[in-house]
Amino acid sequence: MLCDDCREKEAEVHLTSIEAEEMRSVHLCLSCAGERGISSDTEGIDTEKPPLVDFLEQLGSPGPKTPIPESSEPCPFCGTSAADFRRAGRVGCSQCYVHFETQIRGLLRRIHGSSQHAGKLYLSEASDITDRLGQISSMRRRMKRAIETEDFETAAELRDRIHDMETQA
Amino acid sequence: MIRAAEPLADRGLDWIRGGEEAEIVLSSRVRVARNLQGFPFPGRAGAEDRAEVVQRIRAAADHAESLNGGFFWEVDSLDPVDREILVERHLISRDLLAARRGPSSAALVLAEGCSCGVMVNEEDHLRLQALVGGLALDTAWRQVDRLDEEIGALLPMAYHHQFGFLTACPTNVGTGLRASVLIHIPSLVLTKEISKVLEGISQVGLTYRGLYGEGSEVVGNFFQISNQTTLGKTEEDLIDHLGRVTGKVIEYERRARSVLLTEAPSVLEDKVWRAYGILRTARSLGLEEMMNLLSGVRLGVSLKLLKSPRVETLNEILVRGQVAHLERAAGARLSEPEADVCRATYVRDKLAEDERDAGQAPADGSSDTTVVDRPPSGG
Repeated sequence: MLCDDCREKEAEVHLTSIEAEEMRSVHLCLSCAGERGISSDTEGIDTEKPPLVDFLEQLGSPGPKTPIPESSEPCPFCGTSAADFRRAGRVGCSQCYVHFETQIRGLLRRIHGSSQHAGKLYLSEASDITDRLGQISSMRRRMKRAIETEDFETAAELRDRIHDMETQA
Repeated sequence: MIRAAEPLADRGLDWIRGGEEAEIVLSSRVRVARNLQGFPFPGRAGAEDRAEVVQRIRAAADHAESLNGGFFWEVDSLDPVDREILVERHLISRDLLAARRGPSSAALVLAEGCSCGVMVNEEDHLRLQALVGGLALDTAWRQVDRLDEEIGALLPMAYHHQFGFLTACPTNVGTGLRASVLIHIPSLVLTKEISKVLEGISQVGLTYRGLYGEGSEVVGNFFQISNQTTLGKTEEDLIDHLGRVTGKVIEYERRARSVLLTEAPSVLEDKVWRAYGILRTARSLGLEEMMNLLSGVRLGVSLKLLKSPRVETLNEILVRGQVAHLERAAGARLSEPEADVCRATYVRDKLAEDERDAGQAPADGSSDTTVVDRPPSGG
C-alpha cells in the first residue's frame, strides 16, 4: 500500500482515528508521518518493536526494582543471555524459565497480575501424587463445565478417567 | 491418519456458514500455545531441531482422534499463492511464513470438516487452534481442549509447576490461551460510541485489533476482541469473561442500531443501498473499499433493509475477495489494478447469484424501515 501523502513510498504507519463524523484511516510512509509530526512520538509508530520491550527496557534501565543483571550467565541449555531476552522479548527454551526464574516471576506479575498458573494441570510421566490430585480436580471442573454445556459425551469420558485415576491413586 | 500434500481446496472455511449471532459476530477463535519438552523454542532452534519437532508433531497428529482424516502441509512445499491463501483464511499467521527457513521448518495440520488445527514452529512449537462461525467460544475451546489433551498425552509438553505451560513470549505463559471474537459493530462507529466501548474493553483486561490480528488496522468496522492476559485465571474464566463482554458489546451495537433507525432512517437506508449498489455494479474494487462496503451491506441485511445477500455470502466474499483467493481463481498472479477488476467481477457475480437464489428481486428500497432488528440467525 502506498503512502496517502506522497503516493510514492510504501506506507508503514497506519493510523485509525475516530473523528467528529466517522472512523478515518490514514496510511503514511515514515517520512510523511514525520512531516505530520507523528514521528515525534516514536514509541507510537515503531511497529517493529517487539512486544515486552517496554517492560524489559524498564527492567534493564538504571534503578528499576528487578533488573535483569547484564552479567548473569546465559541459559545453560539454549545459550540465551539476559541481553538476548531483553532485545527480543522472548526466551529461548523452557530452561530459561528456571535460569531467569526470579526476573521472570517479577515480569509475569507485571504483565498478568499473577505469577501462579491457575489453568489446566499437565501430568507428565514423572509427576507425583500431588499433581495427580490436582489433575483430578482440574478434570472435575472440566466435567462440570461439560455438563453445563450439555456436552455429555465429554462429561462421561471425563467421569471415567477421573474414576480410573482415583482407583490408581 | 492424516493426509499429506493434498490440494488446499476449500479447507478451513467451515466458519463462513455462521452460527449464533452471525450477523454481528463473524467468528470465534481459541488457540493455545504449547512447546515440546527438551527442544529449544523455534526462534532459538536450529534446522535439525525444527525438523525433528515437525516430525514428532506429525507423528502425534497421526494418532490424535480430533485430527483423524485431516491434512498436513509443510509450509515450504506449498506454492506462494497457497501460503497467502492460508493467511487470508486465518489458518496460519504471517509470523509462520516469516519463521519458515527451508524444508521441514514450519507446518500446518488441519482437521477435516472443521477449522481446527495446529500451526507447527511458529513462535512456539505448537499453536493449537479452532475457528468457529458466529459466537461460539465454548465450542472452539472444547475442540482445542480435546486436541490439547490428545497431543499432550502423546508428546511431553514444557510445563512449570508454578508458571504453567511455557511459551517463547512471557505474555502467553500459563494457559497459553488466546480467545478472540471477530465482531462487526458499524452502528457504534456511526453513533460515535465506539471509543467509549473500546476504552471499556481495555479497562476489563481485554484488547482489540483489526481483522488480521496484532498490529493490523481496523477496516470495515470489523474488530477482533481478545483476552490480554493468560496467567492466573482458568481457561474457562478467560473464555467466560470474553463471552460476557462480547454479549455486552452486541447489546450496545443493537441499541445503537435502534437509535440510528429511529433518528436517521433515511440516512441509514441510503448508506446501505449505496453500498449494495456499488458492490453490485462496480467494475474495479479495492480491497479496503470492498471491506467498507461489505460492512454497509451487512448492516442492511441485519436490519432487513436488504433481502439478499445472505450472511454466509458476505462472509465468503470477505475471504474470497482477497488477493490470493482471486489469483487462485484466475490461475495467475495479478497486479493491483488487475486484482481490483477481478474482485469487482467476483463480487458482482456472487451478489447476483444470491439475488437469484433468493428467488426475488432485492428489496426495492422503499421497504419499511421501522424494523428494529431481526432475531439472531440460527445458521
